[in-house]
Amino acid sequence: MTIERAVSPAQRAVEVLGGDLTEATLKRYLDGLPGVDAVGLEQRAASLGTRSIKTTSKAWALDRIIGLIDLTTLEGADTPGKVRSLVAKALVPDAGDPATPRVAAVCVYGDMVPYAVEALGDAHAAGRVTEPGDGLINVAAVATAFPSGRAALPVKLADTADAVAAGADEIDMVIDRGAFLSGRFGHVFDEIVAVKEACRRADGSFAHLKVILETGELNTYDNVRRASWLAILAGGDFIKTSTGKVAPAATLPVTLLMLEAVRDWHRLTGENIGVKPAGGIRSSKDAIKYLVTVAETVGEEWLQPHLFRFGASSLLNDVLLQRQKLSSGHYSGADYVTID
Amino acid sequence: MSFLEYAPAPESTAILDLKPEYGLFIDGEFTPAAGESFLTISPATEKPIARIANATDVDVDRAVAAARKAYDKTWSRLSGRDRGKYLFRIARLVQERARELAVAESLDNGKPIKESRDVDVPLVAAWFFYYAGWADKLEYAGAGSNPRALGVAAQVIPWNFPLLMLAWKIAPALAAGNTVVLKPAETTPLTALLFAEILQQADLPAGVVNIVTGAGDTGRALVNHPDVNKVAFTGSTAVGREIARSTAGTGKKLTLELGGKAANIVFDDAPIDQAVEGIVNGIFFNQGHVCCAGSRLLVQESIHDEVVERLKSRLETLRVGDPLDKNTDVGAINSAEQLARIRELSEIGEAEGAERWSPACELPENGFWFAPTIFTNVSTSHRIAREEIFGPVLSVLSFRTPAEAIAKANNTPYGLSAGIWSEKGSRILAVADKLRAGVIWANTFNRFDPASPFGGYKESGYGREGGRHGLAAYLTSTAKEGQR
Amino acid sequence: MSSHISVPKTYKLYVNGAFPRSESGRVYEVLDSKGRFLANAAQASRKDARDAVVAARAAVGGWSGATAYNRGQVLYRVAEVLEGRRAQFEDEIVKQEGVSASAARDQVDAAIDRWVWYAGWADKFAQVTGNANPVSGPYFNLSVPEPTGVVAIVAPQDSALLGLVSAVAPALVAGNTVVVVASEAHPLSAITLGEVLATSDLPKGVVNVLTGSPAELAPWLASHADVNALDLVGASALEWIDLEIAAAETLKRVLTPEEGPDAATPSLARISAFTETKTVWHTKALI
Repeated sequence: MTIERAVSPAQRAVEVLGGDLTEATLKRYLDGLPGVDAVGLEQRAASLGTRSIKTTSKAWALDRIIGLIDLTTLEGADTPGKVRSLVAKALVPDAGDPATPRVAAVCVYGDMVPYAVEALGDAHAAGRVTEPGDGLINVAAVATAFPSGRAALPVKLADTADAVAAGADEIDMVIDRGAFLSGRFGHVFDEIVAVKEACRRADGSFAHLKVILETGELNTYDNVRRASWLAILAGGDFIKTSTGKVAPAATLPVTLLMLEAVRDWHRLTGENIGVKPAGGIRSSKDAIKYLVTVAETVGEEWLQPHLFRFGASSLLNDVLLQRQKLSSGHYSGADYVTID
Repeated sequence: MSFLEYAPAPESTAILDLKPEYGLFIDGEFTPAAGESFLTISPATEKPIARIANATDVDVDRAVAAARKAYDKTWSRLSGRDRGKYLFRIARLVQERARELAVAESLDNGKPIKESRDVDVPLVAAWFFYYAGWADKLEYAGAGSNPRALGVAAQVIPWNFPLLMLAWKIAPALAAGNTVVLKPAETTPLTALLFAEILQQADLPAGVVNIVTGAGDTGRALVNHPDVNKVAFTGSTAVGREIARSTAGTGKKLTLELGGKAANIVFDDAPIDQAVEGIVNGIFFNQGHVCCAGSRLLVQESIHDEVVERLKSRLETLRVGDPLDKNTDVGAINSAEQLARIRELSEIGEAEGAERWSPACELPENGFWFAPTIFTNVSTSHRIAREEIFGPVLSVLSFRTPAEAIAKANNTPYGLSAGIWSEKGSRILAVADKLRAGVIWANTFNRFDPASPFGGYKESGYGREGGRHGLAAYLTSTAKEGQR
Repeated sequence: MSSHISVPKTYKLYVNGAFPRSESGRVYEVLDSKGRFLANAAQASRKDARDAVVAARAAVGGWSGATAYNRGQVLYRVAEVLEGRRAQFEDEIVKQEGVSASAARDQVDAAIDRWVWYAGWADKFAQVTGNANPVSGPYFNLSVPEPTGVVAIVAPQDSALLGLVSAVAPALVAGNTVVVVASEAHPLSAITLGEVLATSDLPKGVVNVLTGSPAELAPWLASHADVNALDLVGASALEWIDLEIAAAETLKRVLTPEEGPDAATPSLARISAFTETKTVWHTKALI
């Protein structure tokens, strides 16, 4: 007989599963979630993708997409200069049109957080809840031995705490996919709980925690659904599809599935969890499909930066080109938007 | 503003080049009819689209004579290979003119453009492609050795999938070597007449396909014509029964695709979100004007409330309105007559004690509209659980065990289709075995394919359309097979 | 030496695995080809037909639910038992039809062979008439033939055994159950066949044999809402178009009359005439 290891008594999990949290109860709960039929899920996503968003709806959608973007640079070659350039783009996406909204956040590696904070200056949200149009920008940091997550827990926690201390408003952590795929749900759960704790600031408030499932490695939709629930139960504020370093990254069906988990969690508890598809969303057309999917799955109120984000880099310029087309009536070109 | 109130995205009708008036298509030409013409209207606006010829007995006679002549002199003498090439041509022309056909279909029928564009018209082309390849391979169709055409086929089709039903009828008939007289439904003749233009572009020999427009009398004259060898009908069980009677003793080969009252069975281990989508697709696809619609939802009692709640919240996002708007999910009811029937049965449902619910949705003032409707607390004895409503109306019933689900599903004179939702493979296969229906969709619903036979048990008719089985409906075997 | 006084058989109906008299109490005289009395046969009534349909309906689940291999074995067993009682069949055929002993022997040979031929189809016809369908999409899609249900048969009237076997055997292959109205003039072989069936592991109710007047019985069967199909192979002398019209009320599958020596000739088409193609779609995905 194996002895069941207790998992951390995270508040949400205790409320939903009861006080006696064990690896076994957690596993039973996750395994008891309804299955996902892949064909049906993909057809539903495809059908949402056929919505035709025109004229005023399109104009609204383009601006909103910008306001939901986590403008991202996650390269080994990142430098303070590169990050400052990214921040400049975040602040003034289209120099030709000052009415262009700012993005929701910049997303960088932990060691780049100080440069991002410095470059943002007064525009740094610094823990405040942001809304579209308020001009505030968050700093998100990837942590926990991103992107693989292959490090000891103390290293991951230090990584997280360091970024928070440097001023990160949001932490994008990765789950231990190896543990998840080998069925050690409790291990994954405990890590999330621990990272969440590491998000605590000196004043007792928390940096927002986005939990990256890396759905491309989880492979099956049933796994994505289980991992979504696990991340929510453990205290994640957002569930995020991907690191962007593994293909496939964000897909519409996966995002739909995660939105369904968020919708069901809301139905169960009244709580709102955010969703962030990241990687692979490059065109306005694709991004609009995501907006439609959000609106028709969890409702329009989710189209707010504290509940939905796009993790993207090249998406912004495509949206800007489309915006220019809408306002000028003719097609624009790549030389009329800036590279960051 | 609300993002969800998507701005109008209407498909342009500029692609259509309609004539003010259409004649009958007989012997390769459009010709006037003896009867008094009638208007076909858009059910979404009640505005007239075109004037349509009304074929009388004399006209039907002319059409059958043209088909007979074409059979004797041309079509039966053509090789299978060459017949196939004509069908391939038709398939390509349908693809080339797909957008135009989709717009015309939505205009005349009231179905959402996204369905005519993404389902009906692509399937029409697929149907001709599929059967084109059969034309020179008939001996492999399993219809006996030395298979031969029957002769002249009389085909009467309904208004719910006007062009698709035409393809289901004409493609296998021509591949097998028959000639055709087809009567489209009175309220939806438009795309059949555009199809006639396609036949002219394809240079199909005159008389091989003839299209006679009109109402019930025209259809009656056609199926009862002494010189037809084959009758194929899709429509109501009442009319199917009448045709079965009137063709009795005539030796005409008959296939009937009739009504249904399909059970869509949701077990407690179903993939729940996909099941909800399947329920919606099962009954609200094409405004529920589908003979195989999943009009009886059978939900396991333990998840009944949850499924109904999810279903209702999903229905709130259905967009009812202009069929030509690319975002419309549910279009117009095809005719005032059909609308009256849906209303009548729904009122009976309420009177019998079932609980009626529809999402809040604003319906246009003109045209024929009916909001998506769910009835809960429905008993098996209620008329809305037994009669085909042929509209966007779902009756929800519950069951406790698989055996009860099967018994309730089969407790109907119909037997066209059924749905099963479960994650347990062995249960799906066992339940599928026991359902008395011709098409079973497991973890999906309302899927159609030219390679897949479609057709019913019991009072849902006989014969199959689609696949190799659909070809057999248009063939006879001359050789004696048997014990050797 | 005293001669043996024979013990003639009472020919009754064969319904639900038993041999009841007609509920009407009626019998009719069966004569030989020279017009001499052979036996009294039960003259079934509409209520006997009704009872037979009830028995046939009740038997559908078990017979159609048996494995195809099992149905094939049971049908083959019927041929074995038929063979064992061939002398009795030959004797009855000679008496009823007035044919020579060798003609009677030929008929019994043919009936046995035909039964064996059909028995062998039980676990094969689905492979020939069903198939996988290569649909355009992520679906497993399979079409299989299934039994139509209860089949009412008017057996060929000019043959005592072979016609009957030619109509009944194919209907059984797929798992249908049968109510058959025997040849009115030559009903004795039908009841003897019932005795064969009763001792051949065929579940009760799978075949029900009525003797009497086809003209009286067929309309009740044709209009019976719990009959799924109607084989009018032996109904050419009846008002069979009216029967077909009556069958249309519930959209029964109908086979029309056939005459002559080729009537109900063995064919796969006779099996598939009383099958329904069921097509099952299932989603198919790796993830």
